[in-house]
Parts: sequence; C-alpha cells; structure tokens
Amino acid sequence: MTALLLRDLTLALRAGGGFGLSLAFFLIVTILVPFGVGPEGGTLGRIAPGILWVGALLACLLSLDRIFALDHEDGTLDLLATAPIPLETVTATKALAHWLTTGLPLTLAAPVLGVLLNLPVPGFFWLTLSLALGTPALSMIGAFGAALTVGLKRGGLLLSLLVLPLYIPTLIFGADCVRRGVEGLPTATPFLMLVGITLGSIAILPFAAAAAIRVNLR
Amino acid sequence: MELTVTDLSIARGGLPVLTGVSLRLGPGRALVLRGPNGIGKTTLLRTIAGLQPPLSGSIGLPPEDIAYAGHADGIKPTLSVTENLRFWARIFGTGDIAPALGAMDLVALAERPAQSLSAGQKRRLGLARLLVTGRRFWLLDEPTVSLDVASVALFAGAVRAHLAQGGAALMATHIDLGIAEAEVLDLTAFRAASAAPAPGGFDEAFA
Repeated sequence: MTALLLRDLTLALRAGGGFGLSLAFFLIVTILVPFGVGPEGGTLGRIAPGILWVGALLACLLSLDRIFALDHEDGTLDLLATAPIPLETVTATKALAHWLTTGLPLTLAAPVLGVLLNLPVPGFFWLTLSLALGTPALSMIGAFGAALTVGLKRGGLLLSLLVLPLYIPTLIFGADCVRRGVEGLPTATPFLMLVGITLGSIAILPFAAAAAIRVNLR
Repeated sequence: MELTVTDLSIARGGLPVLTGVSLRLGPGRALVLRGPNGIGKTTLLRTIAGLQPPLSGSIGLPPEDIAYAGHADGIKPTLSVTENLRFWARIFGTGDIAPALGAMDLVALAERPAQSLSAGQKRRLGLARLLVTGRRFWLLDEPTVSLDVASVALFAGAVRAHLAQGGAALMATHIDLGIAEAEVLDLTAFRAASAAPAPGGFDEAFA
C-alpha cells in the first residue's frame, strides 16, 4: 500500500503528472471572479465562501479521470488486480494519493486566495477546516466515479456528469459551514453533516469502486 | 500443486469463444497455446488469471499463485527502470530486483526513464516484472512481441530457469521459443460452435 501511495505521489510530481493543474485552475477562478463581480467589497465577501468551495470542487473534478484511466491504458490496473493487495486497498490508496496531490494543496491555498475575495476574518478558520474535512469526500467520490468509467474512451464527460450530483451535498454543507462561520451563527449542523458524508464515503466507496473496476476489467 | 482447468467455457464481449477447454500444468512444465487470431487465447489467459469469470467450468488454482503478463506491460514512462521494477517487487512483497535486472539484461539501462526505452527494451522490463513477483505459475500473453532474436533467447533462458526451479508457464505465442519440454495445445478444437449470445450474456456487465 505504501509502495502504491509513494508511486502515485512520485508520478503526480514528475513532469506531466498534472499536479499543478487543479491548483492553477483554483487560482484562476478566484482571481477572475473579483474582476467579473466588481470591486464592491460587501458583495465579494458575501459570495466568497460559495465561490471558494465551488472553485475547489471544480478544480478537484478536473483531475479525476487521471486516477484510474492512465493505469488502465498501460495495463497497470490488470496487473494490480492480480497482485496480492486487495483491489479495495488499491482504490482507497489511489483516492488518498489524489487527495494528497489535490485536496490538500487546495485546502492550504484557500486561505491565501480568500484574501483576494475579501473573505471576512472569521471565515478563514471555517474555510480551512471545512475544506480539510470535505475534500477527502470529493477525492473518494471521484475515485468511485473514475472506477465506473475506467474502461471508456474519453470517459471524462460521463465521469463529470456522474460525479457532479454526488458532490452537491458536500458543497452545500461545506459552503454553508463557512457562511455560518462568517455570520457568527452556530456551525455544528452543517459541519457534522460534512464530516458524516466524508466518513461515509471513506467507509463505503472503496468497496464500490473496487467492484466497479472488477466489472470494467472483464 | 498444479494448475488444472476443467471443462472451461469462456466468453468475450458476451459471446462464447471457447468451450470445453481442459488442461493440466504441473510444476516444471510449460504449455504453449496455439490458435488463429481471435480464437480466445487472451480471454483464456485472463480468465485463468481471475480477471474475468468463466461461463462454466472450474479452475483448480487460486489466482494468488499466478503472475499474469498481458499485452501491456504496466510501465510508467516517467519512472526509471529501477523504480518501475522496485514498485512491483514491493507490491508483491519480494525484495531484491538485481537478479531480475540481470536476467533480462537491463543493468545498463537501470537508471534510464522508461519513456526513453525502445519497444523491445520495454518488453524486457515487462518480463523482468515476472521475475520479481515470486509466483510459480506464469501466464504469458504473446511475451515475445517486439523482442529481437537475442532477447527471445534471453527470455527463453529465463523461462527455462523458472521451470527448473519448479515453476510453470502457460503462454500464448506464435513463435517457437526453443523450450524442448514445452507441450503445445491447439485451441482450434475448442472453438465455440455458435456465435449466439451467451445465456444472460449482456447482463454480465451488471452482475
């Protein structure tokens, strides 16, 4: 498992690994929005939690098809399926590697980019916390979607359409958590829902993704 | 422990391609599968490797004893030869990759990124992976594609050494590897009679 994790991280960081893509996309979104919306600080601050969460979600979506498609193309997935580690471990590990190269950098970059959107000060804590606990669900759900579409040529479109509705609960509770944090309202309900979705995804989806890969390898 | 396949029927894309295939493969033996393109050699090997379920029949060997090498070698272009091989050695829980590098004449290429290898050199790296799996039953699908004469001899030597250590190899290949003890099984005799969809064939995708 460590071997697979280290290999995926190495591949992501080497040339052509697509590590910077999500981060660059996130940066572009948060830089462009103030130009589009206008410089009025109150408006920006009000929509900042939603924009930051939507940006992070779309940035995450951008890199999903790499999770299994490359391994399928060069035959690695066939060989991993016959290797001594269970396919459930493979899917969970690859989702973890995706989170470490996408979700974690997005979480760390979000507070910096929040400044550009005039995010009110109490929001920074909740933004970082909700992204840190919500993006693992995005990676795991995305890995499941990637597993469903792994055999398809140009499956990226289908993958986005499949995954998008599954991302919506995470987006709603994640952005709501930040918004309530900004307004000084109690955040317990959206926060617990967000964590619940993440934990549920991590518990169930590695098995679902492994089952989907087994069907697609036939 | 031997590989026994009893009355196996297999399908590709929901259509039965081979029926009633039976074979036995004991330690130290090699069996070469022959047959025209499309007869189902790859499908048979994938079924025995546990990558797809058979229509009927049984396979008397757990997939955990099998190392499968398909058309694609599973090589990452941005990793070096050593990194590629060490990854598989760690996945299969075996330690030393030096003998595998030596056996496939890859020592001089060890630090080269895999994307700069020629097709034949990539193939040799893919076959070196078999040596680090530590598994006894090798399933080889066209192992000699893009290998030159010297590399084919090198590979035949590796297979022979594997057989001598009590291993076994089941391979689909069109060329003669010059392994004297290899038996040949012609699959033409097992071709499925009808091209009609298997019972419930298309439901398989949703099973």
